[in-house]
Amino acid sequence: MSDTTQSGPVLAADGTPLKRSLARALRMQKVRALMLIAPLLIFILLTFILPIADMLFRSVENRIVSDTLSETVVTLRDWDPITGEAPDEAVFESLYYDMFVAAEAKEHTKLGTRLNYEQTGISSLFRSSGRKLDDIGEDHVKALEKAGDGALKDEALWFEIMTGGSSGAGDSALLEAQRTKMAQLTGEDFSADIGFVPGAEISDLFPRMAMAYTDFALFTAVMDEDTVSEEDPWETVFVAFAQEVQAPGGAEKLAAYTGPGAAELTAAAEALAGLEPVSFKASFLDLDEDWGDVGNWRTIQTYSPTYTSGYFLNSIDMQKGTDGAEARPENQQIYITLFKRTMFMSLVITASCIVLGYPVAWILANLPTRSANLLMILVLLPFWTSLLVRTSAWKVMLQQQGVINDVLVWLGLVADDARLVMINNQFGTIVAMTHILLPFMILPMYSVMQTINPTYLRAAKSLGATNWTAFWRVYFPQSVPGIGAGSILVFILSIGYYITPEIVGGTKGVFISNRIAYHISSSLNWGLAAALGTILLAVVLLLYWAYDKIVGIDNVKLG
Amino acid sequence: MKLRNLTALAATTALCAPLAFAADMADEMTIVSWGGAYSNSQIKAYSEPYAEKTGVTIINDESSAEAVAKLRAMNEAGNVTWDVVDVVAADAMRLCDEGLAMEIDPDEHLAAAPDGTSAEDDFGDLLVSDCFIPQIVYSTTFGYRTDLVGDTPPSKICDVFDLEAYPGKRALEKRPINNMEWALLCDGVAKEDVYDVLETEEGQEQALAKLDTIKDSVIWWSAGADTPQLLADGEVVMGSTYNGRLFSVIEEQKQPVAMLWDAQVFDLDGWIIPAGLSDERKARALDYIYFATDTQRLADQAKYISYGPARASSAPLVGQHAELGIDMAPHMPTDPNNAQNTFLYNYEFWADYRDDIDAKFQAWLAK
Repeated sequence: MSDTTQSGPVLAADGTPLKRSLARALRMQKVRALMLIAPLLIFILLTFILPIADMLFRSVENRIVSDTLSETVVTLRDWDPITGEAPDEAVFESLYYDMFVAAEAKEHTKLGTRLNYEQTGISSLFRSSGRKLDDIGEDHVKALEKAGDGALKDEALWFEIMTGGSSGAGDSALLEAQRTKMAQLTGEDFSADIGFVPGAEISDLFPRMAMAYTDFALFTAVMDEDTVSEEDPWETVFVAFAQEVQAPGGAEKLAAYTGPGAAELTAAAEALAGLEPVSFKASFLDLDEDWGDVGNWRTIQTYSPTYTSGYFLNSIDMQKGTDGAEARPENQQIYITLFKRTMFMSLVITASCIVLGYPVAWILANLPTRSANLLMILVLLPFWTSLLVRTSAWKVMLQQQGVINDVLVWLGLVADDARLVMINNQFGTIVAMTHILLPFMILPMYSVMQTINPTYLRAAKSLGATNWTAFWRVYFPQSVPGIGAGSILVFILSIGYYITPEIVGGTKGVFISNRIAYHISSSLNWGLAAALGTILLAVVLLLYWAYDKIVGIDNVKLG
Repeated sequence: MKLRNLTALAATTALCAPLAFAADMADEMTIVSWGGAYSNSQIKAYSEPYAEKTGVTIINDESSAEAVAKLRAMNEAGNVTWDVVDVVAADAMRLCDEGLAMEIDPDEHLAAAPDGTSAEDDFGDLLVSDCFIPQIVYSTTFGYRTDLVGDTPPSKICDVFDLEAYPGKRALEKRPINNMEWALLCDGVAKEDVYDVLETEEGQEQALAKLDTIKDSVIWWSAGADTPQLLADGEVVMGSTYNGRLFSVIEEQKQPVAMLWDAQVFDLDGWIIPAGLSDERKARALDYIYFATDTQRLADQAKYISYGPARASSAPLVGQHAELGIDMAPHMPTDPNNAQNTFLYNYEFWADYRDDIDAKFQAWLAK
């Protein structure tokens, strides 16, 4: 009795408060349960959720432009397309150095492909310009190489110049910046020691040349796995030197330079005397006059940010115009039509599955077990046949020289020259897909109908209800959960259907998923495919939510 | 000291031996192609003799239709499982652009012709991409039902657009490429101006307007096997497809079908090697390519399928069909009689305009 009078919490056998002890036991149970499902959870997460999330993320991701043309997108920010003029020299200068590195890394064609989705012609513009980049500043490079009996053709001397000799201080900030840039461009790891640090003096006097050489050094050491001091520097280094020494104040800078190779550089600079300073804009326009096209530059500028709404706009028949989003030209609008058509046809298919499936499910549920099993096998039989075979069989049935038309002609119901068109249109898709998806409707209906007690019907009839009233007021309401489950299954399956519409749909019977498949496997526009897929997913979730609000998801039974 | 040197030497040899072996070639390879009769012809002409010669195990995969997308996915996953892939030239160019295919120097990696002509000259203009080794020239052209076209069989491409003379359905591919060119050609545009016209908005409208005149009589196909089936069933009176498919309908299945070679569009099919293979797999792939694209081997393939070999030096060696025993030369798209009026697939143009025109074409189809 003394226990009950004791104040304070109730204690467990081991002296801890009972509440805490209970909580711990429950937690243990939860953890154990979690561990039991952990394999499945991890499996689903890794093989299902993550890949889908990654794919959907592509619908907004647009790193490629800023990764490939990292400097150009910055200098291009100040350009205003309204002027109707191509950007100025500074942008073309950035473009040259960006493009050169990108072409070495073979990344420029990827960017060309990406931008070609938005502006026709950019693909070949990038491909051909990447091939001809050496033409830019060609005379300057030749003059520099010839100067002083080819003194500057010595790769060891260049290495010496760019490191500033053994005593000079290094500019490691530049090195780190270029490391990050190269890593973003190629997607490779550039953190390794490359045996080169740009000299502080040279990088201060000739920043562009130091940058170009650092890019070259990083690329040579990491991508080509060669020793920097044993390789000829890229043309960009020569062009950068020519550009900087011929710029106003360049000669003074050179005169102030006292580091290694000063004599050779001075001699080389003299060799440039007869040449005009490099004009990047003029050179690019020489390569391809499309570089003067405002539309191309506007596209690069519009798609500079790391994330873009462009794919989503595209998938609802819009595009990024000069003043924000605008409708696409009418002759390119297709996706809204396809979304609507997909919804409409999926509804029709679901409805025809209900109409055809309900009587079958009813018979299945009310026959004696033996005959019901036989019928059940007939329902399941299509499941055991390949989808392609079933779809092709419909082709044989429905085509103009097909079985149904032949029979109709033989019966004299249809004239031989007026055979019915039943395939390669919406009708064909609806028929074939209804057939293919029918089991998904029948099975849930059947299992729900099996649980309906037949005595209710008898009770209704004995109370004076007609057959119809008994069915409609007593039986049907109880079978609704089965219809609901079957409809959700069939509708969601048909919304994402692809192969059957492709084969029997012709032009009017194809779904949005056919375009998604096209963009995944043919046009390689995965961003657009991801955006279309995301919208489709959102629509399905929205309909599911609406269904829950209107009918109630508790009202769905699979058995 | 001496002992230590010896052990060091032994260790080096022991280390080197497996290294030397590893630097050798892989003894298994996966070859990807299109399947069907085409893969068969490659297996008979290339793979079987190669496996016999080297003892390598060859796995055949039939995924060429999705090769670009799959290679891109493999590359992103960092695990490329294919060694040699058969693709059409347009796909090879895209793979090259995307950095998914390896660049191959024809003179370094391919056999010279028997008369000593370098590989580069032997293939000539057909080397349309740095990553691509052409293998065959095929053409997309029309076949028609001889029993359904009346007394004057179609002889010109424009007969396809003539519903009065040749009523009935036609099968066309469900994409703008080729169809747009044919439409313009039959709308009075001169052959050399076709692409200049097609570059413009009005030109594209013009082509679609011409296609509009037969739109209701067209069945659109997406797989190469569709048209032969539609022709055999009598669903269409004429249809476009690859010439090899028509050859098998006409000569192997003996269907009442004949060829309409006018304005056939040449295209190339050939090999690429995926980028990022290990050294031994790359060595094996290059070795296979060297073997499979020499003059004799390319001519051998024509024994099994009616596609023209891509090497100039192979043409005279083309003989008879391996089973039917008929001369293959007259069935080649490159045969002078067949090649009186031809088009060459314009790779540069379609690389640029494909997305744009396809969007318009699909929107037009859906209307």
